[in-house]
Amino acid sequence: MIAATGVTKTYGRFRAVDGAAFELSPGESLALWGSNGAGKTTLIRCILGITRFRGSVTINGVDVSRSGKIARSMIGYVPQELAFHDDARVGPSLMFFAGLRRVSSRAASRSLEAVGLAGNEGKRLRDLSGGMKQRLALAVALLSDPPVIVLDEPTSNLDASGRSEVADSLRAQRALGKTMIFASHRPDEVRALASRVLVMERGRVAGDTTPEELWGSGGDPSVMRILVEGDGEEAAAEILRRAGHTVSLNGHGLCVTVEEHRKAAPIESLFRADVRVRDIEFLERTDHSEAGS
Amino acid sequence: MSTLSSVSIETGRRSYSGFGASVAALARREFRDALSSRWFILFTIAFAVLTIGVSFVSLSGVGSHGFSGFSKTSAGLLNLIMLIVPLMALIAGAGTIAGERERGTLVYLLSQPVSRTEVVLGKYVGLACALCCSLCLGFAVSAAVIAWRAGGVGVAAFSLLIATTCALALAMLAVGLLLSIISRRANVAVGLGLFVWLVAVFASDLGLMAGTVLFRLRVQDVFALAIVNPLQAFKMAVIVGMNASLDVLGPVGAYATQSFGSALPWMLWSVIVLWTVVPLSLGVVLFARKGSI
Repeated sequence: MIAATGVTKTYGRFRAVDGAAFELSPGESLALWGSNGAGKTTLIRCILGITRFRGSVTINGVDVSRSGKIARSMIGYVPQELAFHDDARVGPSLMFFAGLRRVSSRAASRSLEAVGLAGNEGKRLRDLSGGMKQRLALAVALLSDPPVIVLDEPTSNLDASGRSEVADSLRAQRALGKTMIFASHRPDEVRALASRVLVMERGRVAGDTTPEELWGSGGDPSVMRILVEGDGEEAAAEILRRAGHTVSLNGHGLCVTVEEHRKAAPIESLFRADVRVRDIEFLERTDHSEAGS
Repeated sequence: MSTLSSVSIETGRRSYSGFGASVAALARREFRDALSSRWFILFTIAFAVLTIGVSFVSLSGVGSHGFSGFSKTSAGLLNLIMLIVPLMALIAGAGTIAGERERGTLVYLLSQPVSRTEVVLGKYVGLACALCCSLCLGFAVSAAVIAWRAGGVGVAAFSLLIATTCALALAMLAVGLLLSIISRRANVAVGLGLFVWLVAVFASDLGLMAGTVLFRLRVQDVFALAIVNPLQAFKMAVIVGMNASLDVLGPVGAYATQSFGSALPWMLWSVIVLWTVVPLSLGVVLFARKGSI
């Protein structure tokens, strides 16, 4: 369904994505997991074919670089935040995208209904809650019933109720057999929606695993930021990885995913390796982007 | 993948080739957005008020009535058009793609099944229609005033003025759009647009005068340099179109009339068309070849 090989995107000397490769079968759901600057959003833009890159991405055999328009007709995209004019109304906005995707107004209504926004056609976008805006973005993505849905941190700017609304809609799409790729910084979201996790670090794919392998099957994991003395972050990250922790570096310390009831384990591993810990903090739910955006 | 999704993909491959439909959908949105934007309404009102003012002044100044009065008023409108219309078109074009890029809406738009060429052309067509509507509204009000005051209308002369003005607007819009494509930020694009306007309206005339004196340019050189400026080409096209002699422009005008005769209008229109086609084509190519958003 989706095949990416050697995807590399550079901005000057900086390699935002460095040789990323993966394959995704129909109906699978892949989470892109990694810290800020790990290259998740850039990889998503490569998959959409809206930025030039080396390597190849094909959707159902269609190369996104050569036939971007056809490839994108098979993809519904949900951004981090719906980027559309705030003055616009829901109905006309949806109809504009329906025009681009060559679908009827009836299909547009069905799409709005599918995300629970029917009856809001006359509302201005600025009057919608964050959750409603994201559900509208999902409605746009579902307009032509595309087989693939790509989401870039769809719930990162939402409150708990908004997250729940969007997650319910996504679960429904997952149940319908849609192939999904999404960037997320929320372990609970990844667990609920992903069948596979692509761990990204500094543009590279550091691991291709499952949520269970990554975090076990216990309760919801938390993300802890650890600051170490001196400039030994790279070495500390390696120690923690060897100890079986999921670690990412984002320039502001080490972000380590820790399971319930085992929060001291990473500190213990560092202590045993004579790495001095300067400070720790648990990232709030809303700060998790530091760990995974 | 479900059968339904497979059908969607095949349907997509067939239906998403529609170049015209995408351009039309994008143009409709651009047209609506332009008509509802504050600056566009302001420009339209300013243009209408100024054309009425110039019409009144021209008619009272020459004391003319009937068709001859109408033609003289049309000529009087030339200077106003040369000031206002390029400014309006350049700013409209300059703000469009750079503005969308800055607001983050361009990524979302490009993630839809549209090509970059369609985006540029759709925006151009939509803005061109909005500009022409705005200009026609101003001219219609002016024509009504003149018809009431002068007792008649020189329909042919006035229609030619409207057509030539719209052509000038389309040329300046293409330049503005090109500036928008090459600029990262909307304010940079608008700044460049204002610079181009200053050069076209003031600096080129002054430069040509200075060059003529300093370098003792031959009359044919002065003419060649003058018509490179689309505003000068526009002015000459309007004067020639009104069956007036270019002698009013001095020796250069006399040289043009004698040397090119009936080919002169075609020549002048070609300059305006080139100022539309070249920047627009360049914009399409540059935008399509851009490595990133």
